[in-house]
Amino acid sequence: MEKSKRFGILSIVLLLISLGLILTKGFNLGVDFAGGTLIQVKYEGAAPIQKVREAISVDKSYEGASVTRFGGDDEIVIKTKTSSQVLGEDVGKKMNVLLKDTGVFEVRRVDMIGAKVGSELREKGLMAMLLAIIGILIYVSFRFEWRFAIASVLALVHDVTIAMGMIVLFNVEVNLDILAALLTILGYSLNDTIIVFDRIREGIRMIKNPDLGVIIDESVTRTLSRTTLTSLTTFFVVLTLFIFGGEIIHGFAFTLLVGVVVGTYSSIFVASPILMWLGFSVSDYRLKEAEKLKRQKEKDRMRAMYENGTL
Amino acid sequence: MKTLNYRVVLLAFALIFGIVFSIPSLTQSEQGKKITLGLDLQGGLHMLLGIKSEVAIDSKIKSIAATVKYIFDDEEIIFDDLRINDDQSITFELLDTDDVQKAKALLSKEIEGITFSEKGLKFIVAMTEEEKIRTEKNAIAQAVDTIRNRLNEFGLAEPTVAKQGEDKILVEVPGVKTQEDKERLKKLIERAAHLQLMAVDEDRIARVATMSDAEAKSFGNVILTDVNTPEKYLLRAIPVLDGSMLTDAKVGFDEQNQPLINFTLNGQGAKIFGDFTGKYVGKRMAVVLDNKVYSAPVINERIGGGRVQISGNFEFSEAQDLAIALRSGALLAPVIIESERFIGPSLGADSIQASSLALLLGFILVIVFMVLYYGFAGVIANIALIGNLFLILAIMSLAGATLTLPGMAGIVLTVGMAVDANVIINERIRELLHQGKSIAKSIEDGYNNAFTAIFDANVTTLIAAIVLVVYGTGAIKGFAITMGIGIVASMLTAIVGTHGLYQWLLPKMDKKKLGFWFGIKTEGAK
Repeated sequence: MEKSKRFGILSIVLLLISLGLILTKGFNLGVDFAGGTLIQVKYEGAAPIQKVREAISVDKSYEGASVTRFGGDDEIVIKTKTSSQVLGEDVGKKMNVLLKDTGVFEVRRVDMIGAKVGSELREKGLMAMLLAIIGILIYVSFRFEWRFAIASVLALVHDVTIAMGMIVLFNVEVNLDILAALLTILGYSLNDTIIVFDRIREGIRMIKNPDLGVIIDESVTRTLSRTTLTSLTTFFVVLTLFIFGGEIIHGFAFTLLVGVVVGTYSSIFVASPILMWLGFSVSDYRLKEAEKLKRQKEKDRMRAMYENGTL
Repeated sequence: MKTLNYRVVLLAFALIFGIVFSIPSLTQSEQGKKITLGLDLQGGLHMLLGIKSEVAIDSKIKSIAATVKYIFDDEEIIFDDLRINDDQSITFELLDTDDVQKAKALLSKEIEGITFSEKGLKFIVAMTEEEKIRTEKNAIAQAVDTIRNRLNEFGLAEPTVAKQGEDKILVEVPGVKTQEDKERLKKLIERAAHLQLMAVDEDRIARVATMSDAEAKSFGNVILTDVNTPEKYLLRAIPVLDGSMLTDAKVGFDEQNQPLINFTLNGQGAKIFGDFTGKYVGKRMAVVLDNKVYSAPVINERIGGGRVQISGNFEFSEAQDLAIALRSGALLAPVIIESERFIGPSLGADSIQASSLALLLGFILVIVFMVLYYGFAGVIANIALIGNLFLILAIMSLAGATLTLPGMAGIVLTVGMAVDANVIINERIRELLHQGKSIAKSIEDGYNNAFTAIFDANVTTLIAAIVLVVYGTGAIKGFAITMGIGIVASMLTAIVGTHGLYQWLLPKMDKKKLGFWFGIKTEGAK
C-alpha cells in the first residue's frame, strides 16, 4: 500500500492532464453530435485534396468545409457544419456535380445530421452514461457493500476521464460509436475491478489480519496474474481491431484500447486505495457479516421449530 | 463407463445448435434464417424524417370545404362565396332562409369534427381542437403507412418504415446501390402526391396574367402554374375532388407511345366527378398534382365512368413512380429530413472484409496464447470459445438480429472477454494445485470460487450493454445486442461447457503431467 502513493500521484497527474485537455482543446465532435454533413469520397489513385477544396468552395453552403484524408491516400472526408433539410437536394448528387473535374471518384458514404437530431443524440448519450453508472452503483452495492460501489465507480470515472483525455489528445472524432466504446469501457473496466474486489472480499473472510492494507496487498498480489492475463487477451483482440479493422472503426478501437489499459491499471492501483480511503473497516465488516450470519441462523432455527410444532 | 455428465451434454448440444443454425448465414444459402446485415455492412439508406403536421390540417380543411360544397349542391341548397379564410375557418352565405335549417342539419349529420355557427344567412365552419390534434397525430401514422406502401412497391429488399419517438419517422432501405436509385427513392418519399381536380374560373381567367395572389384569393380562386410551361391558370380554390377518392393509378401509353397515367375513382368520387362534368360542359377542368397543373382539358360531355387521365411529358420511370405515389395515397403533410445516412455498397463490403480479418487474427492470437500458456486447459477453453462464436451467430440468425460494423467489433470483443472466464478459472485451479490439492478437488473448488467473480463481472458489462440497447439506435444497438448475446453465450460455453469437459476428461488426468494439462511449469505457477 506504500507504493500506492506513487500510483496515486500518477493517476492524479493523468486526470489533471485529461481534464485540462477536455476543457481547453475540447472534443472533436463528429456530425452525430454536432450536426452537419459528412461525405466520404474514394479516388482512383491519390486524392487531389487541394482541387477538391477549390471545387466545393464554389458552392456557398460548403463554405468553411474541411477536407481531410481518411485512412489511405486515396480516400477523403469532406465535412461541413450545415445540413440540408430540403429533400429535393441530394448531397451525393451535388458532390457528383461539384467534383466532376477532379478525377475518377466514388461517393462511398454520406451522413447528414440535422442540428436538432445532433443535440438530441448528445442528450441521449449523456443519459445513457448516467444510467449505466447508476445501474452499476446499485448492483455493486448490492453484491458487496456501498463503499465498494463508490470505489468502483470512482475508478470508472477515472478510467473514462483519462480515455476521454486521450481522445482529445489524438483528435479522435467523437461520434456515436465512440460513445458506445466509452460505455463498453464502463462495463468492461468494472470487470477487472470486480475480480480484485472479489478477492479482497474473500481475503477479508479468510485472512486473520484485520488490517485492510495487508488484506488488500495479499489479495491484489494473488490476483495480479489473472487480472493482467484477462486484460491481455482482450488487449490482443482490440489491438487487431485497431490495426486491421479498417478506418471506420479506428477511433472506436483506439478508445477501447486506451480503456482496456487504463481499466486494468485502475483496478489494481486505484480502486483498492480508494476503498481504504473511504474508511472501510475490516472489523466492522466482519462484525456485520457475523451479525448477518447470526440472524440467518436464528431464522433457520425458528423455521425448524415452527415446522416441528414446538413454536 | 462413466455416464456422461449433463454439462458435457449441454456443451455438445450448444455446439451442434450453434453450428447448425449458423450454417445458413455462413454459406448464404437460400433456406434457413440468416443474419440480417446492418446498413453499414450491406450498404443502404437510413433516414429520420419529421413532418410538418400543420399542413395536414390545411389539407383537411380543404377536404371539408369540398365536402360542404358537394353535399349542398346535391341537396340543391344554393350558397354563395364559399371560401377558406386565413384563420382556417370556412365561411359561406346561404341565399334562401328556408335552407338554413336544412343546412344546419346536413352539416351536423354529414361532416365530423367541425363546429359551426350562423348569423342570419352567414355561416362559419371550423375544425374542433380535438379534430385538429387528431389530424396531426394521424398525419404521422398516415405518413408511415404511405411511405411504407411506396417503398414496398419500389422493389428493393425489405425496407423498414417505423414511427420513432413522438414525431419522427425512421426509414431504412438496405441495398440501395446507385446514386440514381437513392435520388429516385428520396423523390418517391418526398412526393406529396396530392391530387386535386379543380375547376378553371373561365369568367376571370383572361386576367390571370395581371392578377395578384391576394386578388385571386378574394375571388375564391388560386393561381397555379403548369408543370412544364410557365403558363398560369386561375382555378377555383376549393377542389372538386381530391386524391382520397382514388382507387387505382396505372401507367398507360397514348398514341405517340408517351407514358401517361390512368386513374380510377371510387363510387362516391365517380358520382361527384360525373355531376361536375355534367354541369361544366364546355368549361375546362384542371388536373393538379402537388399544386402543379398537369393538364386542363375542356369538358366535352358528362364523364360517368370515374376514369381520368393525366399526361405531362413523363419519362417512363417518372410515370411509374408517380403511379406508385398516387396508389399509396397522398402525404397530407410534407416531410423534412432530420438526418440521412447513406453507405455505398463498396464501403459495406470493405467493412465486412476488414472486420472479418480482425476477427480472424484476434481469434488466432487468443487461441495460440491459451494453448501456449495453459496447455490442454487452453485447448478446452478454445473449444468453448469456438462454441461461443457459433452460438452467437446461431442466436442472432434465429432472432433475426442485425449485424452491424460495431456489432462485428462486439464479436471480436466477446472473443477476448469469453476467455477471461477461463483464465480466471484456470488460474484458480493452478493455485489450488499449487497448494497441493487433488486434481478433482482443484477443479471443483476452482469453478465454485471463480463463479461469483465471473458472474458479477459479466453482469456489470451486461448493464452497460442493456443501457446501450435502450438508448442506442441503429449501429450502436446492434453492437450492444451482439455483445449481450456474446456475454450470455460465453457464460454457457466457458463455464458450464468447460466444466463438463474437465469432468469428462478427469479420469485421464495424471497429476504427474500437470505441465501438459494445465501448462504449469515445474517451478509452480502463481
